[in-house]
Amino acid sequence: MASDSIAINGNEKEPSYLEYGGKGRGLKSWITSTDHKRIGILYLCSLLLFYSVGVVFGFLMRLELIAPGRTIMDPQTYNQIFTLHGVIMIFLFVIPGIPAVFGNFFLPILIGAKDVAFPRINLLSWYLFAAGGVLAILSILLPGGSADTGWTFYIPYSVRSGTNVTFTLFAAFILGFSSILTGLNFVTTIHRMRAPGMSWFKMPLSIWSLYATAWVQVLATPIIGITLLLVAVERWFGVGLFDPALGGDPVLYQHLFWIYSHPAVYIMILPAMGVVSEIIPVFARRSIFGYKFIAFSSIGIALFGSLVWAHHMFTAGMSDTGQFVFSILTFLVAIPSAIKVFNWTATLYKGSIELGPPLYYALGFIFLFSIGGLTGLFQGTLAVNIQIHDTSFIVAHFHYVMFGGTGFGIFAAMHYWIPKMFARMYNHKAAKIAFWFLFVGFNTLYFPMFIMGWLGMPRRYYDYLPEFHIYHFISTIGSWILITGLIIMFTNLIRSLRKGKIITEKNIWGGETLEWHVPTPPPLENFEHIPTITEGPYEYKQNEEPQLEEVK
Amino acid sequence: MNSQEHVVSHVHRDDIASRMGMWLFLFTELILFGGMFFLYSVYRFMNAEAFHVAAKELNTLIGCFNTAILLTSSLTMALSITALQKDKKNLSIFFQLITIVLAFGFLINKYFEWAAKFDHGIYPGSDTLLAKESGEILFFGLYYVMTGLHGLHVIIGAVLIGVMTRLTIKGVITKDSYVKLESAGLYWHLVDIIWIFLFPLFYLIT
Repeated sequence: MASDSIAINGNEKEPSYLEYGGKGRGLKSWITSTDHKRIGILYLCSLLLFYSVGVVFGFLMRLELIAPGRTIMDPQTYNQIFTLHGVIMIFLFVIPGIPAVFGNFFLPILIGAKDVAFPRINLLSWYLFAAGGVLAILSILLPGGSADTGWTFYIPYSVRSGTNVTFTLFAAFILGFSSILTGLNFVTTIHRMRAPGMSWFKMPLSIWSLYATAWVQVLATPIIGITLLLVAVERWFGVGLFDPALGGDPVLYQHLFWIYSHPAVYIMILPAMGVVSEIIPVFARRSIFGYKFIAFSSIGIALFGSLVWAHHMFTAGMSDTGQFVFSILTFLVAIPSAIKVFNWTATLYKGSIELGPPLYYALGFIFLFSIGGLTGLFQGTLAVNIQIHDTSFIVAHFHYVMFGGTGFGIFAAMHYWIPKMFARMYNHKAAKIAFWFLFVGFNTLYFPMFIMGWLGMPRRYYDYLPEFHIYHFISTIGSWILITGLIIMFTNLIRSLRKGKIITEKNIWGGETLEWHVPTPPPLENFEHIPTITEGPYEYKQNEEPQLEEVK
Repeated sequence: MNSQEHVVSHVHRDDIASRMGMWLFLFTELILFGGMFFLYSVYRFMNAEAFHVAAKELNTLIGCFNTAILLTSSLTMALSITALQKDKKNLSIFFQLITIVLAFGFLINKYFEWAAKFDHGIYPGSDTLLAKESGEILFFGLYYVMTGLHGLHVIIGAVLIGVMTRLTIKGVITKDSYVKLESAGLYWHLVDIIWIFLFPLFYLIT
């Protein structure tokens, strides 16, 4: 395989994107580069930085809850920490996670293009992202302290709180802008820059899910932009748009907030579903089962997912008709997700499964996402919702879909694509050990929350009754196992960048999509000649003998 | 400018993509204002009477005048693009400058209008306003926020056109490559069209 890549490149091997720095050197060659691959890596680094901060906050929060009463912090600090945990994890990790890192890096390669449609806007979106992140972190350091409103910024408390809510609002506003620009770039790129012959139904499925995601980013994010802006205006001038004393309606704030923030969870989950759709056929050595159904289900999720927001507000005051309609729509949105899960399992059926590390994480995704998705239906049921509304049941559900789903999707993407990005292979055994730690830790951490939520433990509470102690205790133990898994996984990946086995072959896992047809690491311009596409992305007929042995 | 970018921009120029990107951006702007139009419609429905009373306070004449200014500026913007397409560079620059002047005319008018309201003690949090009915407080709250945000867009649009004028003078925007000017024009028409909705909602429906 190594000789193959040299032959195609001719005598002069094109510099890889890692070697070619443009005019700058060192850090400058990265932060001024408009190369989509370098921007992807900028995102990766900043994202992991914020993620580690978010993990530390989550860890501290769990530690506080190990026993009733005060353990390590006072209630106000606890409120600030769960707010920051939410804001950082949602706006700085899960939302940009796959689109900004792996989407930026691989979207142009997967559709046979040299870059995205607007490379400079792409770089701008990273700067906005970094600025938003810094602003969020800054709010901790400045007098007043970081926001203590929860990541939802519910009015009226977000107007009355004396903490630096405005900073956090602006951080979220700027991050939204960054997200819009990424979405806008991807929609245009997918429409305009596909290689000749790549019709819509010859696109890899991850492109379909990025496409659906990008539309949601473009169409839903402005709503949160204006809503957060209005909260800031409210704080400064007291206009009264959401203040009942002046005639405003706080429930309207909730509507506006969730009109974005519900579709936002599909911004988070859809790209992860795309990654799983890439990994499953490669490791099952089969073409994907039900390509068109998976493709359309992405669009279906984006469509229905935009119409279900009020299911967050069943107890906030709404007409019975409204409740009924939103409940029905919530059930409908489960159908496209289920279609995907069934198609993935059908693809595995009778495949020649190669249990590589990416597949571990992808299977982890399917398992955890299924639990998360089904418990979501509990909450879409009107009567049950009243019982479990605002309890730790919803916290468990949310983490099962967002961490068990998107988080594991991001980890799967890392194990699948990082060797391609840096031309180094990590230790497979360590990756699998890390997976088991993560998987066991994850379930130990979040499953008890389902039980105690069902029994009536409210979310966001600093203290609790003694009867919930055992669940909180188990949950905190789980957080330690989970963090051990994270440490093993990241150490393994980061160590591989310097000491991992060097990869020279193009096709590391035996995939058929375009990224496996360019040299490793990809050259500056991705393709010397733009390829012409003649068949679908998952045709495994010439791939009878996977060349996995050399890499191990 | 980075040399990498150079390589790419020489190989790749796609005006349709640029236009598409601009249109997508305009959608996001419409939705941004859409959130506020949503609030307006809900509150108008809840306080129809008070909105009716409050709207009488606004000066329809100034509103009309500003509408005329913005519509004219949209025309001059369109003319500047057509002039450039016909390779009349100076004429195009002239129309762009006129557009900017009109934008400032609009803002000056707006300033006097707001100042008059402030003189009457009508501004968020003022005693005069707080003494009124809650529907009227909402009306003026929406009035200030929506026209304020629109005013901000007028400023951004004017600056944008200013940049385009500079690029036209420098010869970056030419007869064969005018997609930037066209995009700025699209943005300006958006600013215009939002006003077209703000005007009747606040001034005319009394």
